[in-house]
Amino acid sequence: MKAVSAGFGAAALFASILAAQVPYERIVNADREPGNWLTYSRNYLGQRFTPLNQITPANVTQLKVKWAYQFDVPNNEVSPIVADGVMYVTGPNRAAALDLKTGRELWHWRRPIPADYQNIGFGRVNRGPAILDDKLFVATLDCYLVALDIKSGQERWATQVADYKPGYSMTLAPLAYRGKVAVGISGGEAGIRGFVDAYDVNTGKRAWRFYTIPGPGEAGHDSWKTDAWQTGGGSTWVTGAYDPEANLLYWGVGNPGPDWNGDPRPGDNLYTCSLVALDGDTGKIRWHFQFTPHDTHDWDAAHVPVLFETTIRGQKHKVVANANRNAFYYVLDRENGQFLAGQAYSKQTWAKGLDDGGHPMVIPGTEPSDEGTLVWPNLNGATVWFSPSYSPALGLFYVAVRETGATYFKREADYKPGTFFAGGGQRELPPDDVWGAIRALDAASGKLVWEFKLNSPPWAGVLSTAGGLVFSGTTEGNFFALDAKTGKPLWDFQAGGGIGANPISFLIGNQQHVAIAADRVLYVFGL
Amino acid sequence: MLSCASFALAQTPAADEPAPAGDPVLGQQRFESQCALCHGQDGSGGRGPNLRRPKLDHAPDDEALRKVIADGIQPEMPGAWQLSPHEVASVAAYVRKLGAVPPEAVPGDAAHGEQIYKTKGCANCHMIRGVGSGFGPELTEIGARRSVAHLRESIVAPEASVPDRFMLVEAVTASGASVRGLRMNEDTFTIQIKDAKGQFTSYRKADLKELRKLRGKSPMPSYQGALTPEELTDLVAYLAGLRSKS
Repeated sequence: MKAVSAGFGAAALFASILAAQVPYERIVNADREPGNWLTYSRNYLGQRFTPLNQITPANVTQLKVKWAYQFDVPNNEVSPIVADGVMYVTGPNRAAALDLKTGRELWHWRRPIPADYQNIGFGRVNRGPAILDDKLFVATLDCYLVALDIKSGQERWATQVADYKPGYSMTLAPLAYRGKVAVGISGGEAGIRGFVDAYDVNTGKRAWRFYTIPGPGEAGHDSWKTDAWQTGGGSTWVTGAYDPEANLLYWGVGNPGPDWNGDPRPGDNLYTCSLVALDGDTGKIRWHFQFTPHDTHDWDAAHVPVLFETTIRGQKHKVVANANRNAFYYVLDRENGQFLAGQAYSKQTWAKGLDDGGHPMVIPGTEPSDEGTLVWPNLNGATVWFSPSYSPALGLFYVAVRETGATYFKREADYKPGTFFAGGGQRELPPDDVWGAIRALDAASGKLVWEFKLNSPPWAGVLSTAGGLVFSGTTEGNFFALDAKTGKPLWDFQAGGGIGANPISFLIGNQQHVAIAADRVLYVFGL
Repeated sequence: MLSCASFALAQTPAADEPAPAGDPVLGQQRFESQCALCHGQDGSGGRGPNLRRPKLDHAPDDEALRKVIADGIQPEMPGAWQLSPHEVASVAAYVRKLGAVPPEAVPGDAAHGEQIYKTKGCANCHMIRGVGSGFGPELTEIGARRSVAHLRESIVAPEASVPDRFMLVEAVTASGASVRGLRMNEDTFTIQIKDAKGQFTSYRKADLKELRKLRGKSPMPSYQGALTPEELTDLVAYLAGLRSKS
């Protein structure tokens, strides 16, 4: 009898290994299983919207902490993955699988951070994993893309993406799509040459690389008038979006280097501060749109691109929208990159507006200077890496906004591998002179629909729900819910640590829950 | 890219590299644009401590000073991630030069100043070595943190530079009651206030009819005219001599 039961168990285990647990089709059809959260923004379109509707304006005040998980490092920015009763979280060079009912750890994985690793211009953080088939993908600070077995946390493969020593790093959640996993790179303050890579999910072998700074002979190279392209930056440090029908990846590109001194790099400096559309199979560029040509304020376009369909001037369009760090909101035709609509969504003092092509009409004298130039927004931008949200139910685009300017300084910059290559800096305004907001924009135009003011500029992303709520967090530790239609505050919770992460929502059993990381603790709330 | 300045760490040179030489002229330029907001244009202190002294609490030697400049002191001092190792060394060289300035000559009779402090009611709001009230800033090491000129100004014109953590606010409740006090903490939804008696009150902002930040206002009255010029000089001499806990 004993032998029979053991045999039966082995057969069941073997069967579960053969059937890939989270095939690509499940992620494409994420709306069919809203109880899970299978990719960074829940769906490939970058929307960070949940179709779950059990938590509503009428009952949100009854939300309570159901469990919490403590990290061993501060300032966690993770956006977890939830699949089939397990939550997967990451930190810098770490990952863990948690029982969704209790938060108890099922396994954890770590990779040592080399003693000589330097994070040049950013924190030692990780923004989340990706899942595909039976693997969990984690990008490490020392530039390895690691595939973990989702049942054990053991490594299936680990591929070196770049050498961390000159300043490359990875903090983003990978994007796993049809047979591949895509990653971008950090290091825009270290004189890197940025890229987006895709790797084969089974072997870890690189399938393609797209350099964000075109080399000699490539289209766009003439936007660099000197050899500065070799240290031109163009990091890709925030997860992109994917259109499964068009098989196109959309990815935001960071600032040119040196950041605040544009003198050594005359030209538009493509594809920095741009959105690029890349063929999912080959990485070949289909189109680009540059938000901030020849940027000198560190206004990366490192945002999650948000894809949806909308009507503009009577015409239906498949669009990609972006609330940019430079304080303008853009709607582009996602098939060809054509500018359709846009306007400022936050205080800015550097451009008169956008022309008909969506290009900024730059006000002279707003560049960093030796004596300092006061400009809005500051170097962190009107918004930054944390996610916006799009509600298909209401046609609204929600964005966490930072209302702060800064005095920008220009300095000399000498490139030395593995050191800061920034050419200046900023002096911030006093804390009581800056503030923040959650803003709801008409997604087709960028016109303000409502705003909810925050005590200070935020570092947290936004989740909107079919239940009619918007969730986000504050730097002072408030996790809160607003009415998605009006912005009215409905509920808040003091988490005891600053929130610099993106919220998610999922089912435990058949009950809707919401999760957010706040400094060292991940909270899960339910009714 | 700079995802988050407050979370950012600066790079420090690898251990096997020689200590970078600093250029105090470059250091002064960087100091005046990057450090002066807190430490004062001439390093004599403001939100941050006075650096015009030979011994710095967090930087017993030059290597420690460079590390403080590069990495900051959590949570109150951000690291200078924007500076290269050479610039960090240059700022350190400049700060050491500031500290080499001969200590300010402090006129006045400190012993008499202590009597003034005790008889004029200063201890009703301030604490020194555990004695007094903690309503206002602690003064135990104030002489190490503030220049003589700053101390004098704080006594005769306290509203000229109110310390960050001593913002005076006024909250008006729904019933019309008004509470004035120091803002101990604030977030988007709540504020915590300490009144003149040291009582803490916490409000939901949504429950308040009005909340005003009294910028440039200080709970401390001006002692201009309340002290003779000699008494003021002696009091400043006493405060300037308060440099350590022992």
